[in-house]
Amino acid sequence: MPDLGLEVLLKGNNMLRLLGGLWVAVKISLISIGLSIPLGILLGIIMTRKNIAIRCLTKLYLETIRIMPQLVLLFLVFFGSTRSLGWNLSGETASVIVFVLWGTAEMGDLVRGALISIPRHQYESSEALGFSKAQSYLYIILPQTLRRLIPLSINLITRMIKTTSLILMIGVVEVLKVGQQIIEANRMTSPNAAFGIFLVIFILYFLVCWPISLAARHLERKWS
Amino acid sequence: MSRFRKLAALGLALTFLGGLTACGNTSDTQDASGNAGSKQIYRTLDEIKEDGTINIGVFSDKNPFGYVDENGEYQGYDVYFANRLAQDLGVEVNFVSTEAANRIEYLQTGKVDVILANFTVTDERKEEVDFALPYMNVALGVVSRNDNVIESLDDLGEDDAIIVISGTTAETYLIHNYPNIPLQKFDSYATAKEAFENGTGVAWANDNTEVIAFSLQNEGYTVGIPSLGSNDTIAPAVTKGNTTLLEWINEDIKKLGEEQFFHKDYEETLTDTYGDAYKETLVVEGGKTE
Repeated sequence: MPDLGLEVLLKGNNMLRLLGGLWVAVKISLISIGLSIPLGILLGIIMTRKNIAIRCLTKLYLETIRIMPQLVLLFLVFFGSTRSLGWNLSGETASVIVFVLWGTAEMGDLVRGALISIPRHQYESSEALGFSKAQSYLYIILPQTLRRLIPLSINLITRMIKTTSLILMIGVVEVLKVGQQIIEANRMTSPNAAFGIFLVIFILYFLVCWPISLAARHLERKWS
Repeated sequence: MSRFRKLAALGLALTFLGGLTACGNTSDTQDASGNAGSKQIYRTLDEIKEDGTINIGVFSDKNPFGYVDENGEYQGYDVYFANRLAQDLGVEVNFVSTEAANRIEYLQTGKVDVILANFTVTDERKEEVDFALPYMNVALGVVSRNDNVIESLDDLGEDDAIIVISGTTAETYLIHNYPNIPLQKFDSYATAKEAFENGTGVAWANDNTEVIAFSLQNEGYTVGIPSLGSNDTIAPAVTKGNTTLLEWINEDIKKLGEEQFFHKDYEETLTDTYGDAYKETLVVEGGKTE
């Protein structure tokens, strides 16, 4: 086996620090996802409205978020809010704000797509059966939409978890940053540690994302 | 639909414009009020003392200048100095992990009080932040093989190539000042090292700290030129206009010079990497460069 420099993980608290960094990343993504999904569903429903002003506004929001790289958004929220509004947000808060803004926009578009893919007669039938608008969404449309949404939103959730690797740019020490710190602190004694550490980080990301994929597959099968 | 698209595009353009002008306005007002002292971004010396904690931005992955050891403690040449600054000021220190690309932004938004992250003093940066007295020298260095030590770039033969890493100051310097020397460019430290060890080029030019560390870790190489080109310095930086803090740091650096503090700092943090031979080349004591 090639020398991967894995011995550096056994030094001091290095492995615990790496896991602590992973928790920071997972915590921020979990909070963001938890907020993005309900907000995204709401936004998606609003986006299917025919009103031109509403469509313009939501489209503007979606495209702005989509065009801007997440790193720019992070800088804008973290440093920009201090410059223009005088808020002193912590790196974690700024990250959650950016991920919720991004997640809501993307989720909203997914929900919109799923909603318009529901055949028209479903809407009409529920209306004919005397359901109110809210009732028909709650009992007829949304349950069908959710099933279609699962594969798409899993994609978004795993992307979000992986994008947390950017938040080190606003001073949040998450798993990737801890990895870099360990590699650099040992670059004289274990020059190969980079391979080992990045391999371990790869496995850690995999361990977080894989159960989500499994759960999604399970849900898909159960609901179909 | 196309009308809708156009509308959306127009709206988007307007928002961006609005955003731009808004940014312009705020920075203007901030400058003005910063000078007037009514709405300052930074914390003055007294405010830091009152708070009891100073926020210092350091690198957390640049061994041996600023890094985190296996117990999660910040260590290194910059950190050693940062701890002393806090001690002299009588406050606790809160280290903030910064990246090369966001150091200026951290100061300009007052999210840290001081940057001690191997910050090289340049004219462009002086426009954005205020530098205190320097505490370290930085220059380029050239390492070559023991059987053909290059001590001056004028001694090179016509076909002797020098290895550089693309995008480094070494590359820019050589292109500007020695346009006739053929360069072998590599994208990363690892590839450059590999090539040099396998016989490519007669010498390798890089930051002198890097080539010194390389020659000490690998048998058969000598740093023939330890200091090349314009001598730059590394200094603490504070938010532009934060004169109380700046003056206090300058006084402290002068005072520390009397006890040869930075020599001690070097011994504690850099000797393992660079040995004792380069102490005078790298250390700036009491803010005085020769």
